[in-house]
Amino acid sequence: MASEGQTSTEYIQHHLQNLAYGKLEAGYTRADGSVVTQDTWTIAHSAQEAADMGFWAIHLDTLGWSIALALILGFVFRKAIAGANTGTPKGVQSFVELIVDFVNNTVTDIFHHKNRVIAPMALTIFTWVFMMNLMDLIPVDWLPQVAAAAAGDPHFYFKVVPTTDPNATMGMALTVFALMVFYSITQKGFIGFVKELTMHPFAPPTKGAAIVLAPLMIAINFILETVSLIAKPISLGLRLFGNMYAGEMIFILIALMFGAGALMAGMGFFLQMGWAIFHILVITLQAFVFMVLTIVYMAMAHDVEEH
Amino acid sequence: MNINLTLIGQSVTFIAFIWFCMKFVWPALISVMEEREKKIADGLEAADRADKDLELAQKKAGETLTEAKQQAAEIIEQANKRANQIVDEAKDQARAEGDRLKVAAQAEIEQEANRAKEELRAKVATLALAGAEKVLGNTIDANAHNDLVDKLAAEL
Repeated sequence: MASEGQTSTEYIQHHLQNLAYGKLEAGYTRADGSVVTQDTWTIAHSAQEAADMGFWAIHLDTLGWSIALALILGFVFRKAIAGANTGTPKGVQSFVELIVDFVNNTVTDIFHHKNRVIAPMALTIFTWVFMMNLMDLIPVDWLPQVAAAAAGDPHFYFKVVPTTDPNATMGMALTVFALMVFYSITQKGFIGFVKELTMHPFAPPTKGAAIVLAPLMIAINFILETVSLIAKPISLGLRLFGNMYAGEMIFILIALMFGAGALMAGMGFFLQMGWAIFHILVITLQAFVFMVLTIVYMAMAHDVEEH
Repeated sequence: MNINLTLIGQSVTFIAFIWFCMKFVWPALISVMEEREKKIADGLEAADRADKDLELAQKKAGETLTEAKQQAAEIIEQANKRANQIVDEAKDQARAEGDRLKVAAQAEIEQEANRAKEELRAKVATLALAGAEKVLGNTIDANAHNDLVDKLAAEL
């Protein structure tokens, strides 16, 4: 809930601000009115400061949590590997094997080529995105309050759900995109890749008087195919971001109700519970969708279409 | 919601995590799972085979049993036949022995009878001589009338 002296708008904005660490140039006037005398690397104290840091800034909370969650997953996986044997699986191992089996089935259903990167990547995406989404179910004020208390600054920014930061989701989506382009070129050759971009969906005429239309057709094809190619990573990243951001926003709005009297707080209790239960579905589904779309894109990159 | 270096940081983390899964997690778990799958499949197959073997063994046992029964029946039949044969042989032997004994007994009886006849004949001759002596009142010279006596005895 909102702390003292904070309006609802401030509360929401505070919750949507990442903990940015970046460079402020000399002469920059900070949020508290002080002027930076020389170039300094520091933590942003306002949304404006974070924005002014430009590209060369880093979200400590997003990266910190995603790496921490990756380490937790790595630890769980390591435990499963250590106990792995062909006997009856138990506890953590059988749970991890369940997930691995599920991912393996999904991959073999969609992806029919030989590539030993795809399945581990799908496993990584599913488990990691799920863990990052799962942070959404922790009440919105818990971790930020703890962090603020630890930092000794009540206005300390701390966003705990990495997937509500477009940097995180787009970072993954662009990596997938890079792999897509990489496999398209290695599987079909550069010429094949270019052909795929230019000879679709309208086959250019190759003989007769209509041949003069070929360059036009190629241009149209290229525009259409490029748009659809670029749309893939953007939709992939923004879908996850949008879903999680919206979910987070609802949680924040519900959290605001706790500061508005007993009746509203009572309603807020049920709303938060209902939304959290619904969100269990959303976070799993979004992790699954991200994984499946990645596999589909990889399969498309490998498929050599016949013309 | 600024796009910044976090984008690249996240990509690097992502790639590192993929590498970790690819290098350590996936192959280890998949190999174990495949091996277990194979083990289970082998186990099921072995159970199947054992079932078939059992069926075969039962069938064979049944066949052997039938054969044994048949053989036993044959042996009993043969034994019965042999027993009958032995009884028949014994009967024949007994009959033959009986006949032989009968013949021997008859021969002996005849012999005895003949001997008795001879004896009787001799005694009759003597008796006849003695009777004649009494009738004639004197002694008959045995030598003189020997022929007569003998003739008489022979007629008896």
